[in-house]
Amino acid sequence: MMKNINYSYWISTFKAFKKNKVALFFLYIIIGLIAFITIQPFLPDQKSPNAIYVDEATGLQLINKPPSKEFWLGTNSIGQDMWARIWAGTRISLLIGFTVALWENLIGLFVGLIWGYVRKLEGIISVIYNVLNNVPKTIMLILLAYTMKPGLLTIIFIMCISGWLDSARLVRNLVVTIRDREYNIASRILGTPIYRIVSKNILPYLVSTLVLKTTLSIPAAIGYEVFLTYIGLGLPVSTPSLGNLISEGRGYIVVPSLRYQLMIPALILSTITVSFYTIGNAFADASDPKNHF
Amino acid sequence: MIKYIFFKILQSIFTLFLVITIVFVLMRSMPVEGYLGEDYDKLDQVQKEVIIESLGLRDPIHVQLKKFYNRIIAGDLGVSITYRPGVPVADILKSKIPYSLGIGLTSLAISFVSGINLGIIMAENSGKILNKLGNIYIVATNAIPAAIYYILLQFYLTDIFKLPMLFYADRPISWILPILSLSLGTTASYALWMKRYMADELNKDYVKLAISKGMKMKDVIKKHVFINAFVPMVQYLPASILFTISGSIYVESLYSIPGMGGLLVEAIQRQDTTLVEAIVLIYSFIGIMGMLFGDIFMALLDPRIKFGKSEGRI
Repeated sequence: MMKNINYSYWISTFKAFKKNKVALFFLYIIIGLIAFITIQPFLPDQKSPNAIYVDEATGLQLINKPPSKEFWLGTNSIGQDMWARIWAGTRISLLIGFTVALWENLIGLFVGLIWGYVRKLEGIISVIYNVLNNVPKTIMLILLAYTMKPGLLTIIFIMCISGWLDSARLVRNLVVTIRDREYNIASRILGTPIYRIVSKNILPYLVSTLVLKTTLSIPAAIGYEVFLTYIGLGLPVSTPSLGNLISEGRGYIVVPSLRYQLMIPALILSTITVSFYTIGNAFADASDPKNHF
Repeated sequence: MIKYIFFKILQSIFTLFLVITIVFVLMRSMPVEGYLGEDYDKLDQVQKEVIIESLGLRDPIHVQLKKFYNRIIAGDLGVSITYRPGVPVADILKSKIPYSLGIGLTSLAISFVSGINLGIIMAENSGKILNKLGNIYIVATNAIPAAIYYILLQFYLTDIFKLPMLFYADRPISWILPILSLSLGTTASYALWMKRYMADELNKDYVKLAISKGMKMKDVIKKHVFINAFVPMVQYLPASILFTISGSIYVESLYSIPGMGGLLVEAIQRQDTTLVEAIVLIYSFIGIMGMLFGDIFMALLDPRIKFGKSEGRI
């Protein structure tokens, strides 16, 4: 019982997390990847991801060159440097992933708490949820494409508009199952204000699920960007992302010498997803107090 | 329960009404030139105006909406505008749905059975090698984006097993790969949730009681744990069955299957309002009904689950 005296929830959570060596390994990979893509443009001998390189002797574009000293990963079909494009693409995709995941889970948490806890608003929020959930995102996306400039902000904006629905539903379902537990009824009878019940009784119960949801939202947002590019609504080619790198590379799967143009972005995307998936699951386990001792 | 279902159906109709109205208004706020389709450049100003006029696009929005509701209530889905000009929407859908439905239902049946069995095996062998192998499979299919492993499957498996690259309705051997591609992910998610629910149930007190009473673990799992863990799995089943008609955009375009996948996106891009509305109407109907049937199924399977008046309220 001695160690219960100095019990701190977060310290114990991190301790439990550190015991999971596989998750720790993936955490280092993500940290390493973020560090690398941040400093990569400032390293020596880096090329611009959008410049088109031309052979000085003939004046022709350097199309689909194999990896060389000059172009570390070769060039693509219009003579751009693949090495620079791949890392610029990873940067953009991770930026989309983090922004969208944070936003949708914050809004989702807020709406979900109200949806689950305030009975008077339950009906109306359910109808809003069903309506938003059933209006195809593609329609909104195309309409926004008419009114806004296609680009990074538009993509992030459209993902945020409807992205919070899933988190809100998840939080709502959890809140509904615990709102009438005895300790909450006791708090209510004692006249505890709602914000205190929510922050002290309900929020701690949601931590593990929300952390898991957020870590899964990051790769999901990146994957959604790949899907949008696939149906022709993604980022313009001038903004490289894992989505448009993969859709450019798809055609090369039949050409053995160029297959790497698909495989490398695909490999980075898979590494990011596997990492967040493992970290999220390990953290969700670690944040359960039953696993602290 | 009956009162609850009745109330839910009313609510669903109201939601459906809101959804199609919003989609209608959104589609009408796209530039009017989009309705002219591919002939846009060939027409002069007067001809364009005649076509737009004849589609009723110059009417005020509430007049258009009224016409639209009357048509839908009469059961008429309308005529395609730009996707296949002049062809009734119902005919387009009738020609496409069977492909998606056939492939989708087969793959769903395979994934449901194999996923649930895999989940049970993993729960029984927790901590052993079978469980770890299952975990690797689940993580891999969840983490590698479908867009990528579908291409890889198509590319390598056609090569190794000499299977056809494309889909032919009359050659069942060409159905294998699309069905397999679709099944991999769903199997993994059924296995994941089945394992999770089984693990939760195995920790409960009734299992300890049954074991101390002298029952064999195998029988406890078969007679009690399985049924209890199976209940939450049923909730999403009706929606999954109904949604097989929507097809998969990736798989259908990879294997050139003339199904429903991608039809909605294409109809929106080509601004075929009637087609979009018909598809949205069907999909949202399916989505809402699927949830309702899921709830009813659960309540039928597990007498402890009650909907309607919430208990313990203060």
